[in-house]
Amino acid sequence: MEPPMILGIDVVSMLLGGLAAGMVLFIVSVGLSVTMGLMGFVNLAHGGFAMLGGYVVVLVMRTFGIDFYFALLIGFIVIAGVSVAFERLLYSRLYRASELDQVLFTIGLVFIFIASVTVLIGPENQPLFLPSALRGQLNLGFIEYRTYSLFLIAVGIAIVLGLWFGFERTRIGAQIRAAVDNRRMAESLGINIGRLFTLTFAFGSGMAALGGGLGAEFLGLDPQYPLKYLVYFLIVVAVGGLGRVTGVFLAAALIGILDFVLKKYLPQGGTLFIYALTILLLLWRPQGFFGRAA
Amino acid sequence: MSASAIADAHPAARALARRHRLRWWEPLPWVLAVAFYFLFPNYLGFGTELMVTILFALSLDLALGYAGIVTLGHAAFFGAGAYTVGILAYNGIWSEPITSLALAAGAAALIGLLSGLVLLRTTGLTLLMLTLCTMALLEETANLAHDYTGGFDGLPSLPIPPIFGIFEFDPLYSSTQYLYVLTVLFVCFVFVRTLVYSPFGHSLTGIRENTLRMHAVGAPVRTRLVACYTISAAIAGIAGGCWAQANAYVNLSTLGLDRAATVLIILVLGGYGRLYGAFVGAVAYMTLEHFLSRAYPSAWQLGLGLLLVLIALFARGGILGLWDALSLRFHGKRAQP
Repeated sequence: MEPPMILGIDVVSMLLGGLAAGMVLFIVSVGLSVTMGLMGFVNLAHGGFAMLGGYVVVLVMRTFGIDFYFALLIGFIVIAGVSVAFERLLYSRLYRASELDQVLFTIGLVFIFIASVTVLIGPENQPLFLPSALRGQLNLGFIEYRTYSLFLIAVGIAIVLGLWFGFERTRIGAQIRAAVDNRRMAESLGINIGRLFTLTFAFGSGMAALGGGLGAEFLGLDPQYPLKYLVYFLIVVAVGGLGRVTGVFLAAALIGILDFVLKKYLPQGGTLFIYALTILLLLWRPQGFFGRAA
Repeated sequence: MSASAIADAHPAARALARRHRLRWWEPLPWVLAVAFYFLFPNYLGFGTELMVTILFALSLDLALGYAGIVTLGHAAFFGAGAYTVGILAYNGIWSEPITSLALAAGAAALIGLLSGLVLLRTTGLTLLMLTLCTMALLEETANLAHDYTGGFDGLPSLPIPPIFGIFEFDPLYSSTQYLYVLTVLFVCFVFVRTLVYSPFGHSLTGIRENTLRMHAVGAPVRTRLVACYTISAAIAGIAGGCWAQANAYVNLSTLGLDRAATVLIILVLGGYGRLYGAFVGAVAYMTLEHFLSRAYPSAWQLGLGLLLVLIALFARGGILGLWDALSLRFHGKRAQP
């Protein structure tokens, strides 16, 4: 076996493939990062909302023949709405509880999600059929690449720009940043923290649903989804830093590309490196690579 | 002499001095365990698994319940112990059961010490992530080191010689395994019980309740936590070693998130920081699982999820906590704290 040649084209195609996977990781995880940063809530059920979103997208497309883009929007709205109920009725009772209680509660939720989906829809993988415009290859002039991957990258970049703008340039973004940095101070300035929590939680879960729908094509969609990818979502958040949109974006892109490259050249031990790097990074900077020190 | 004088002097001092005394119901689990041996000879395989699970949950109770170290990766030590026994026996290096368990404890304790030295500098989410990643790292390593660990398939049919050269492990009829693991559990339990009522144990509780104050009174917090984590790892390693010997095989399931989450659920279900939570939780969980999970897997998972949500919301002390609350209601203030 001769060693693989790395050509310019190869590097670009690997970067694009990894970036596309990273964008899905980003879209799912960004809500987790913000809610963990804002509320200090260890929400292991976040991937569950992503899975439910994916199911809503697939089922709406299949049952009503709605197109992909509109189905994504419906997935976002439905899951954001459902998560408001979860936040008001359940999560809000545990904001002051210990981490252990939060971990147990959210693991319990994951089990409930998995069991319900298995019973109601079935244990098998649900295929997602992309619209014809997103299938096939797109010619970029110097390289031909999968249209869907390029679409994901475009969507991811649009979302990070939108979120950055929302975070840095709007009133509500300023309120969230203030609450992440110092909740008591923000509260005494008259910011309605409870409402802020609910809004952020709903938005984060809606984003997870969007990511679940966008990623279903290559991550698959079956009841074990929330547990299968849990460690990945957590690693992205831990590396990116809590409550840091751009940090999570960079971390997700990095891990997506790293995973893609390692799977290609080290199909056996790729994940080993990611775990080891995460451990080293967290020991060096417990607040994450891009996070600010507390 | 002087200690008893103090104990007579003040009711609070008396209560403190009496905390570690044996209570009337404490021999009960052991009586039941021996009775189980005679009453259910066909369920001894299940009983062995139960004893191993209790031992594993007990090790977690020491770290989580007493020292307050919230870990999602305790199966790392269970797996380390199981693979130590497995690799030594499979390659014919060493297979005498009791010394193998000591080696398993040593290997797990070493991993616990090394990881604890660096991991326990962090708290909260970072600690959760680090324990999770450390376990995932070990699992992936075991998966990759195919030549030593058998990879995904594990190491089958381990040759385990008879205990003391007399009592043979019978793969079909688990009576030897049951009594063996029961004895190991008893020895470990006496050790853990002594430990948590010692000054060392009380300082762990102090760290759990108020780390800052323990720093302020000059307690060596980090050292205590690492020591506790190492001891807990060693006991988890013994549990893993017992598992490997009783089943005569090792596989990746000993290292997975499933096992780590299950033992956490068991401990919390029974009630953590109470020693006997491990017993109550394991019996309740394993019995329910044994009868429900194969017949109605989804209903079992749904019920387990609901149970966890309810415990987190309403019953943080688990089954034993509920029991305490009930007995407090009936007996007023005389009930044990």
